[in-house]
Amino acid sequence: MKKLNLEMIVGMFLLAGFISFSWLAVKMGDINPFAEETYPVTARFTSISGLKEGSAIELAGVIVGKVSNIELDTGDYEAVVHLDIDKRVELQDDTIASIRTAGIIGDKFIKLTPGGSEIILGAGDEIEETEPAISLEELVSKYIFDTK
Amino acid sequence: MLKLVEKLGGDFLYLLETTGRMGIFFASAIANIFKPPVSLYAIVRQIYFFGARSLVVILIVGLFTGMVLGLQGYHNLKQFGSEDVLGSAVALSLIQELGPVLTALMVIGRAGSAICAEIGIMRHSEQIDALECMAINPVKYLVAPKFVAALVSMPALTFIFNIIGIFGGYLAGVVLLDVAEGAYFQGMYKSVEWVDIRLCLVKSIIFGLLIVWITTFKGYFLHLNRTGVFGAEGVSRITTDAVVFSSVSILVWDYLIGSIILS
Repeated sequence: MKKLNLEMIVGMFLLAGFISFSWLAVKMGDINPFAEETYPVTARFTSISGLKEGSAIELAGVIVGKVSNIELDTGDYEAVVHLDIDKRVELQDDTIASIRTAGIIGDKFIKLTPGGSEIILGAGDEIEETEPAISLEELVSKYIFDTK
Repeated sequence: MLKLVEKLGGDFLYLLETTGRMGIFFASAIANIFKPPVSLYAIVRQIYFFGARSLVVILIVGLFTGMVLGLQGYHNLKQFGSEDVLGSAVALSLIQELGPVLTALMVIGRAGSAICAEIGIMRHSEQIDALECMAINPVKYLVAPKFVAALVSMPALTFIFNIIGIFGGYLAGVVLLDVAEGAYFQGMYKSVEWVDIRLCLVKSIIFGLLIVWITTFKGYFLHLNRTGVFGAEGVSRITTDAVVFSSVSILVWDYLIGSIILS
């Protein structure tokens, strides 16, 4: 066998560095060049407090997409959330999107509940049925101060 | 009294001069990287010295850093019953902080001091003047390959450190202390974002530049050293200086980069 020379050692070293970087980037940074294709849909909420870009979208507990963008509709003061949904997941037009919290202090995510309609949502369509974020503080204060 | 003012003024002027010289040195080193002809073999040799030879020490330090994080994180998190976030705690502290900083400190100790002493001795034994006499640009010949090597090696070393550290945390947390394996890795995948990895990358590149800049600068200008001690003692002094100064600047810049990028 040929003796290991300097170039080969340097090559192995750089390769190891590059592999480490790409493992971190793909596994953890969600930078995946081989990502599955997605299609965009929108949903309007009266409050999304705590939801962020990149928040997960779950259907039956399985992550099927993420929030790509959040903007405010200055006309009717509603939050417009853009969702990227996995191409393989078909959503009915009466799907319900609700904002939930993982645990008591966990991250906010969007929970999708499938409907029974025949009509399937396509790219750019809007999910009509939504439930806003539930604020724990509001619930607690309602419970404390509504005892009259 | 007048002596004191004179000394103060002299110190200030010296500081000003050194700062300016450092800036010019940096600019000329960067400019010389791109000036043809580029000697690839010199760069490869420097990467071998700067990076590949540092690998063993990085592996050992990374493994034990990760294991300590796993162990201490486990005992602290256990009080709150949330051992499940151990993976993300280990990964985040490694990627954001400990990976770049500890790698930089180890590289300063192993390669930075050697670079400084090497160039210092070349300056002292007039080899640099000899290069100039032969119309070889010493900055291009000696310094520029080291800059490239540092720029390439530091990120590679840092990411290897991160991976080994995460594996060390896995050993301590999952294998020895029975944290669920799935919780360790899933928590990690979920909580580490691209921002953290980018922060780590930016930090490692800047640290690499700082290390090679300060150590080569100190060695290259051995003869302008203000202590008036040259020769063997002078080399030992500037090497100490270079190690201390670059370690301190790493920690200062660590804070600065963090505050710029995370804000």
